[in-house]
Amino acid sequence: MKARVHVMLKDGVLDPQGEAVRHALATLGFSGVDAVRQGKVIELDLATSDRAAAEAEARAMCEKLLANTVIEKYSVEIT
Amino acid sequence: MKAAVITFPGSNCDRDLAIAFARAGAEVARVWHKDTDLPRGTDIVAIPGGFSFGDYLRCGAIAAQSPIATAIKAFAGRGGHVLGICNGFQVLTESGLLPGALMRNAGLKFVCKHVDLRVETADSAYTRGWAKGDMLRIPVAHHDGNYTIDAEGLARLRGEDRIAFRYADNPNGAMDDIAGILSPNRRVLGMMPHPERMVEAPQGGTDGSVLFRSLMTAMALA
Repeated sequence: MKARVHVMLKDGVLDPQGEAVRHALATLGFSGVDAVRQGKVIELDLATSDRAAAEAEARAMCEKLLANTVIEKYSVEIT
Repeated sequence: MKAAVITFPGSNCDRDLAIAFARAGAEVARVWHKDTDLPRGTDIVAIPGGFSFGDYLRCGAIAAQSPIATAIKAFAGRGGHVLGICNGFQVLTESGLLPGALMRNAGLKFVCKHVDLRVETADSAYTRGWAKGDMLRIPVAHHDGNYTIDAEGLARLRGEDRIAFRYADNPNGAMDDIAGILSPNRRVLGMMPHPERMVEAPQGGTDGSVLFRSLMTAMALA
């Protein structure tokens, strides 16, 4: 199974990179952008063919390594 | 005092750190990240600055899962002293030995300059050579030194007198001007600025040497 992990800074944690992107977009004339949040997408190719097992495994990986849960939140998508 | 200085792929302050310990009179062992044990008789583990594993994923995240990290966690768990400087501080937060996290600098720029620090507590093996309120000037060189922690965690750090150093002029947006913090047992110190880069006159000053001498004194008394 393939798992796609999205890692984002938690709501309320200031994202200076997203803010810099927003400024750059405004400079380019995209004036209607109220906020930008920047995160990561991590794609995993998993050996298991069991959907629930794949999700559980990917979540465990997020807790242990892929996300820093002090400042980041994550979501897992199995495809 | 026997110091174990760790080297990860991408560490670049390990040699300076080893020299700073040696100049203070410590016996220094260099330890590779794939080693699974610390040298026998280690009194303090020192995790240097640099860009371990190319800062992949997050600064310090991969190093915190390396074989030696398991030994360091066990050592700290037994009450051992662990010092993490710059990337070493990031490794300590990523491995859970210190609370909070180090985020991208608020100004987004890599900051490389001398900073003035205020010693906030003399109650640790690292800071006993200073008095609370003393100032020192040592370099910072980092892109991700913006310390952050939740309100409850910050209250604990303050209430337990665990903020070791604060910036006089905050270079990176760190919460409460925090430059360095201690663990609950005061034996693990993480700090972004580099004391090892200020231990001999040709480096521009010797303010950083107080930390290494403090450790020598503390270990001699232990």
